[in-house]
Amino acid sequence: MTTPASLLLADTGGTITEINPVLNMSVFGLFVLVTLFIVFRASRNTKTAADYYAAGRSFSGPQNGFAIAGDYLSAASFLGICGAIAINGYDGFLYSIGFLVAWLVALLLVAELLRNTGKFTMGDVLAFRMRQRPVRAAAAIATLAVSFFYLLAQMAGGGSLVNLLLGIEGEVGQNVVIAVVGVVMIVYVLIGGMKGTTWVQIIKAGLLISGALAMTVWVLALHGFNLSELLADAAARPDGKGEALLAPGAQYGESWLTKLDFLSLGVALVLGTAGLPHVLMRFYTVPTAKEARRSVVWAIALIGLFYLFTLVLGYGAGALVGADEINGAPGGVNSAAPLLALALGGPLLLGFIAAVAFATILAVVAGLTITASASFAHDVYVNVLRRGASDQVNEVKVARITALVIGAMAIAGGILAKNQNVAFLVALAFAVAASANLPTILYTLFWRRFNTSGALWSMYGGLGAALLLIVFSPAVSGGEKSMIPGVDFALFPLSNPGIVSIPLSFLLGWVGTMLSSERNPKKQAEMEVRSLTGAGAEKAVAH
Amino acid sequence: MSASDDDVGGAPERDWEEVQSGPEFTELRRRLRVFVFPLTAFFITWYLLYVLMATYAPDFMATPVFGNVNVGLVFGLLQFVTTFVITGLYARYADRRLDPIADKLRHELEETK
Repeated sequence: MTTPASLLLADTGGTITEINPVLNMSVFGLFVLVTLFIVFRASRNTKTAADYYAAGRSFSGPQNGFAIAGDYLSAASFLGICGAIAINGYDGFLYSIGFLVAWLVALLLVAELLRNTGKFTMGDVLAFRMRQRPVRAAAAIATLAVSFFYLLAQMAGGGSLVNLLLGIEGEVGQNVVIAVVGVVMIVYVLIGGMKGTTWVQIIKAGLLISGALAMTVWVLALHGFNLSELLADAAARPDGKGEALLAPGAQYGESWLTKLDFLSLGVALVLGTAGLPHVLMRFYTVPTAKEARRSVVWAIALIGLFYLFTLVLGYGAGALVGADEINGAPGGVNSAAPLLALALGGPLLLGFIAAVAFATILAVVAGLTITASASFAHDVYVNVLRRGASDQVNEVKVARITALVIGAMAIAGGILAKNQNVAFLVALAFAVAASANLPTILYTLFWRRFNTSGALWSMYGGLGAALLLIVFSPAVSGGEKSMIPGVDFALFPLSNPGIVSIPLSFLLGWVGTMLSSERNPKKQAEMEVRSLTGAGAEKAVAH
Repeated sequence: MSASDDDVGGAPERDWEEVQSGPEFTELRRRLRVFVFPLTAFFITWYLLYVLMATYAPDFMATPVFGNVNVGLVFGLLQFVTTFVITGLYARYADRRLDPIADKLRHELEETK
């Protein structure tokens, strides 16, 4: 380490024992109180289904851009990527690039057209020119599957963080914290609906990005604002991977199989985002397609900046904290960013970062819950079970009950899954989203001939293939880090199914379409004209 | 209610096919597609090239450019740059070339409802 660096760091290498649980909990408690107050205020105007699901379509593009960033930058992005870069160097950087480039698919091909044709859910768009009930059912199943895996990943991540950030040890303490997080999230969703949830995400994005900015400037200042010097310090740590940190291959370069696995992950990441239902639903919270475009532009700027910060923070943690201490900490790799905060600004900065990490989980989980409950109430209950014969009051009631059930499942799942591999669950959600949803979204928006049969083949085929390949992958059995370590039924060699299941889903969509003679030129014309012009699109609710 | 029935309401069914095959709409669709399809092909290829290089040519990616900054890092940062540039280009193009036609068509469609 260079001299100025050690001078600026008051007590180098703050250790895990310095963590102050009372302080961390107070900062987090303050965040919960402030956001609850805002959620209560926001809820006063939540009356109709458009209010509950889409916040009355009243958010501006920049506001929604922040909310998208708040929804998207999950604990996996923040803690996971910082940790991966700190330990494995360059390979961690590859994740953030996939997560960012993916937004171009949403910007160029999906966001505006979806905003113009849909109402509340992904199913609205997919079923627009198809037979309603089967396609809506399939869209709801895909939405629930993706949301559930994503939810589980967030809750499991939350559980493993508890040890580190709150100093709570033992099964019972962890479970209690997971339950508390779950209950607070349910309160946000039930009372605040989409408006409350969106404000939580906006506040969280602001805190997360400003916290990361401050730490990034700090780390760079310690290295004379010279990236090369920071890299040199990270590579010079005796406990790290040395020069290997600076080039690709430290994590995925082992064999041709691990390389292919990485390629598969890369494909799933870049195609998954535009198929994530909770991301798609955010486009309905703005009044027009133009605002949807502005919100994606803002989101890309914020998310891109944030991932640039994580590059500095990751190498900063590698240089200033070191691999040994990170690996030895209770949260393992995930503890890199909090430990860096401790090394830089002592317990107070750690408290802030810890609270932000919890707020992150809370906001993402709330967004997922409202999406899953909207899909169940709007697609399954109203359109499949009741065949459209239900009023809005009833629909919102069903959505609230569903949110309660999903919240309870998330708490139970989080407690059961808290020792599972979080990255595996997130990659699974992305792979399922890219396989089950994206092909049908693109086909229905851009391919005139596409029909109900094609949509069902692609959605069920993509979902089924992704899930089956996951079950028979080394992620579930046969390896040291598998979910079920004792047995081996890993018939499929890759942990991520994307490279097989995504092309397969596109192919099935084509085959299914060709096998059916169904054509609906009137509806296709209506959908295409409406998607491009915004004619007849849902308007903002005036209060 | 299906996604669109309530919007059409009691008014006589609009002939969407006529609008769809009209010159203005055809031009709008052409302008959208000639812009977004090639750009999508470009950024997907550019991203895959990056992933493939990182996976199969790590030695090349480790070549130093200046100081400890190597080809891989520059390549990765360029992915950020292209993402930002494409975003900016599309926003400008949509503002100038797509929105005017889309707005005009939308007003016509909604007024004659």
